[in-house]
Amino acid sequence: MSFVTGLKCRECGQIYPLQPQGGCAECFAPLEVMYDYEAIGRALSRERIAARGPSLWRYRELLPLESEPTVGRSSGFTPLVPAERLGAALGLKNLYLKNDSVNAPTLSFKDRVTAVAINKALEFQLEAVGCASTGNLANAVAAQAATAGLAAYILIPEDLEWSKITATSIFGAQVVAVRGNYDEVNRLCTQIADRFPIGFVNVNLRPFYGEGSRTVGYEIAEQLGWRAPDAVVVPMAGGSLVTKIYKGLCEFQRLGLLENEVHTRMYGAQARGCNPIVEAVQRNSRDIRPVKPHTIAKSLAIGNPADGYYAAGVIAESGGWAEDVSDDEIRAGIRLLASTEGIFTETAGGVTVAVTKKLVEQQRLQPQDLTVLAITGNGLKTLEAVELPPPPVIEPSLSEFERLAKSFSGPAGIHSTSRASAAAQA
Amino acid sequence: MSHRIVLPTPLRRFAGNADSIDVEAETIGEIIERIETLHPGFRDRICEPNGELRRFINIYLNGEDVRFLEKLATKIPAGAEVAIIPAIAGG
Repeated sequence: MSFVTGLKCRECGQIYPLQPQGGCAECFAPLEVMYDYEAIGRALSRERIAARGPSLWRYRELLPLESEPTVGRSSGFTPLVPAERLGAALGLKNLYLKNDSVNAPTLSFKDRVTAVAINKALEFQLEAVGCASTGNLANAVAAQAATAGLAAYILIPEDLEWSKITATSIFGAQVVAVRGNYDEVNRLCTQIADRFPIGFVNVNLRPFYGEGSRTVGYEIAEQLGWRAPDAVVVPMAGGSLVTKIYKGLCEFQRLGLLENEVHTRMYGAQARGCNPIVEAVQRNSRDIRPVKPHTIAKSLAIGNPADGYYAAGVIAESGGWAEDVSDDEIRAGIRLLASTEGIFTETAGGVTVAVTKKLVEQQRLQPQDLTVLAITGNGLKTLEAVELPPPPVIEPSLSEFERLAKSFSGPAGIHSTSRASAAAQA
Repeated sequence: MSHRIVLPTPLRRFAGNADSIDVEAETIGEIIERIETLHPGFRDRICEPNGELRRFINIYLNGEDVRFLEKLATKIPAGAEVAIIPAIAGG
């Protein structure tokens, strides 16, 4: 049972049947899934949602599947974590983290979009799926294609972090590393999708795929007690997520599921080495000037973002803003989140935390604002990015530890040898 | 100089259903003008009324987005590969 009524071009309004198709055949603009919101409103209630299992499928009426999902069944409904210690460090009294670094099955928000896309590929009876990826999507597509028994062809930039490549190949996917940046990989995938019978999740399955991101917005609202927050800070690569979170909040309002009205300001975060959407927002434009990425935030390194135009639009329309940060600020952001909240995020999360710090300093975020940060990926995937010094190495000897401990901060560094032994005897 | 332009599926119906087309041209802009002469209406699919490339169309010269070069004024060297590709993908 589905509430989907068709596909519609976001620019010229041309209507299409449900089929694997990335863009409008008339004007090449992106397509959007249309829903019968009136019927959804009759079928869906807070009680009905709350009674369902902890996955993104608790919002199944709002997802574009014709039948019950068979893969990705545990994706989504990640924790919304109150972040008092990070909030204190940043000067925010009402801070929450949407922690997709523990999403299932592959520890990033891409598990959501992939869950929708792979089920859709099965509905379309495709035999193979694929994607262009900066890593997280590669992991997610490879894993869920394995679950579905579909062949997977994954194209990545050659310089991707090794851990992300391994975490893709392990699922039996055919991984192809391309000598070029993400935008070049993406172009190649568009050409391959035109030639081969493969369901590329972010090319010809893209209208369905993108819909999965709205569940981040639904979950934030539900987990806040059916409230839209004052502000959400979102990392931006292709720019889709920031638009879909906002769309999700607005849909909940439309369906009468919220306690408050949506006055949520959407803030976009990018690395300075790849900031085309930030650059557009800051010159009060939606027109994206593509860039050549150069940043440690490889998961965000898309120089010609497909949804940049719409992301810049949503940010401006919602009264938000966009900022960028340096690679050193990104590393500091990763360390700050880890050391205050015990959450190890990848580079994209470091971008989000570092940009939030900047937005507070600029007084765009006020201390009392109910603020949510989208933490979209797991730090174990980008270990090489954080550049921490190796630990000191000692012999298994107490005196060596005591000598070393003098340089420690915290209780081990305060206690002298005699006080420590007195404490041990007492 | 003659160049072979490979057309993506969505554009073919605006160019006589051919999957590629050979045209004489010195610049990217001239390619569009030549195809327009052969298949009137083609230009409007590729360009905005002000003549700029449409937002959701990319043109690549030897793999390089012409927006990084001289846009429609980009000169085409001999033997170069020109590809017109819809831009809505990725992310």
